[in-house]
Amino acid sequence: MGRERLSSLFARTRAEGRAVLLPYMTAGLPDPGTSLALFEAMAGAGADGFEVGIPYTDPLMDGPVIQQGSERAIEAGTSPDVALELVAAVVESTGLPVLVMTYANPILHRGVDEFVAVAAEAGADGVIVPDLPVEESGPLRRAADRHGLGVVQFVAPTSGTARIEAVAAADPCFVYAVAEMGVTGERAEAGGRLDGLVGRIRAVTDVPVVAGVGISTPSQAAAAARVADGVIVGSALVRRVLEADSPDAATSELAQAVADLAAAVR
Amino acid sequence: MTIKLDRPDERGRFGEFGGRFAPETLMPALEELETAFAEAWSDPEFRTEFSEILTTYIGRPTPLHPARSLSEHLGVEVLLKREDLAHTGAHKINNAIGQGLLARRMGKPRVIAETGAGQHGVATATAAAYFGLDCTVYMGEVDIERQALNVLRMEILGAEVVAVRTGAGTLKDAVSEAMRDWVRTVEDTHYVIGSVVGPHPFPWMVREFQRVIGEEVLGQMGDDLPDVVVACVGGGSNAMGIFHPLAERGIELVGIEAAGEGIDTGRHGASIGAGTPGVLHGSATYLLQDEQGRVREAHSISAGLDYPGVGPEHAYFHQTGLARYESVTDDEALEGVELLARTEGIIPALESAHAIAWVARERRRLEGRRVLVNLSGRGDKDVEEIGKRR
Repeated sequence: MGRERLSSLFARTRAEGRAVLLPYMTAGLPDPGTSLALFEAMAGAGADGFEVGIPYTDPLMDGPVIQQGSERAIEAGTSPDVALELVAAVVESTGLPVLVMTYANPILHRGVDEFVAVAAEAGADGVIVPDLPVEESGPLRRAADRHGLGVVQFVAPTSGTARIEAVAAADPCFVYAVAEMGVTGERAEAGGRLDGLVGRIRAVTDVPVVAGVGISTPSQAAAAARVADGVIVGSALVRRVLEADSPDAATSELAQAVADLAAAVR
Repeated sequence: MTIKLDRPDERGRFGEFGGRFAPETLMPALEELETAFAEAWSDPEFRTEFSEILTTYIGRPTPLHPARSLSEHLGVEVLLKREDLAHTGAHKINNAIGQGLLARRMGKPRVIAETGAGQHGVATATAAAYFGLDCTVYMGEVDIERQALNVLRMEILGAEVVAVRTGAGTLKDAVSEAMRDWVRTVEDTHYVIGSVVGPHPFPWMVREFQRVIGEEVLGQMGDDLPDVVVACVGGGSNAMGIFHPLAERGIELVGIEAAGEGIDTGRHGASIGAGTPGVLHGSATYLLQDEQGRVREAHSISAGLDYPGVGPEHAYFHQTGLARYESVTDDEALEGVELLARTEGIIPALESAHAIAWVARERRRLEGRRVLVNLSGRGDKDVEEIGKRR
């Protein structure tokens, strides 16, 4: 449970000589009733864990696809509580580690400690908050420590050594290496600066490094998996769900995409 | 509580407000900007150049106009700080020139901006033309419709105007989209944020560039300072520009937020008056949000006040009592336009008309006191919108 489950996942995949595949999916897509089935399909297709997004009105770090997904999930009634109920169901049904992704405001609004307590109770193992840089994440990290959850900190191609050291000192459960400048979304070419970035992170800390932002195809995932301990793919999967004609089509499209990505990180 | 008026603390906080809630990709740029601005602002050469451009290009100091007919009509002595007479028609140019000068000093060849009413977009497009920078302006599609004149002005000035279709298609969405552009382009682009909002150092920097308004008032009025100073507040840059130099001098400072169709309808932009603390666009401040912490849409007839947040230093001024914040409805603001037009021959921007309308509404309480209104912008951009509501 919690942070330890993430550590043992990385220990296992490092021993297997492969990277972790963590698909991102917004909670409540294509609708709150079908959402669990999507996660079950991804688990069956080889996902190692999940980043579950709590849909938010102002996702600053997200590109058009995840924005649209968030809008649709909110319209379909996916409140933070509904999203956390889904987290509990995903953990129970798949047994895989889950990271909850949201933005600073909903956490502060609820109260940092209460939010972390509720996430821990739902069975989440860690928290990802893209607008809480290391300077502002202290209260979240202390609350997460109390409840045994991990906190993810980001490092970007623009981050210098001092910032990477500050991130390492904050003891994240893994470092999220931002593969591309920009917000989330698919790109034809991606990850050109990832090798150098991961090298700079590894020079400072041996905490696992997971690459994300702009990684969408199996070949991009394979390239990232050669340097990082894990890969996060989001927009490419959310787009498939948004474009599918029916919930069944969404499930099967997603399973195929995740199977291809899972093969690529091995 | 000790009141601190100088710089925000090292975390960019004004009391509990402000800070830097930004994606990691932007953090190094925010650090770089803070250092660059601090160095520039203490460099006499930068200050001299800024001040010369304000004089010879923007036309500063802007006049202080004794509004005699309006005063007679209301039975209250009213003075107007004529920011509407600044080049491009609003106070926004002060900040755009300051940040343009800084972008050039930092070697950034491209600037981006968000705009609501279009005044900040026009100001940034103007500064970009002046300094020879590429310029992209993000504007909500609803605002593009209701401020069509300013869209044309930006395009004539050589800027690219990008329509933002997410959310309600207004100022909040334009800020978000500009920030998303900046996350991608931060290495060669400076984000000219248009108000005292955003992650540190923006609220501090924009306030410093706008302080010229209040500093001029001190020079123009000498020992004979007003009793009350009124300014409209969306993000709050014109208000902070006039409030900050006049704070703690025994003057009543009043910020006017948009009450839209009425506070009780829920369709308004009164972030301080009806909002709660949270985080929006990179800083801790008051905002309009639902019980789940999701940001609510604001509403105002004036695109510049149609914003669900407010500058963090205003949140601090509110909390410490340095200023107080009230609100005025769409209908009252429209009456404010006609009132100022008929009495003084000045058509104010719908934003600025909120401040005029507050004086008109509160005239009995203000009797015997001298009231200074920051007339932040002119109304040319709004005539079509006003015409629809007459």
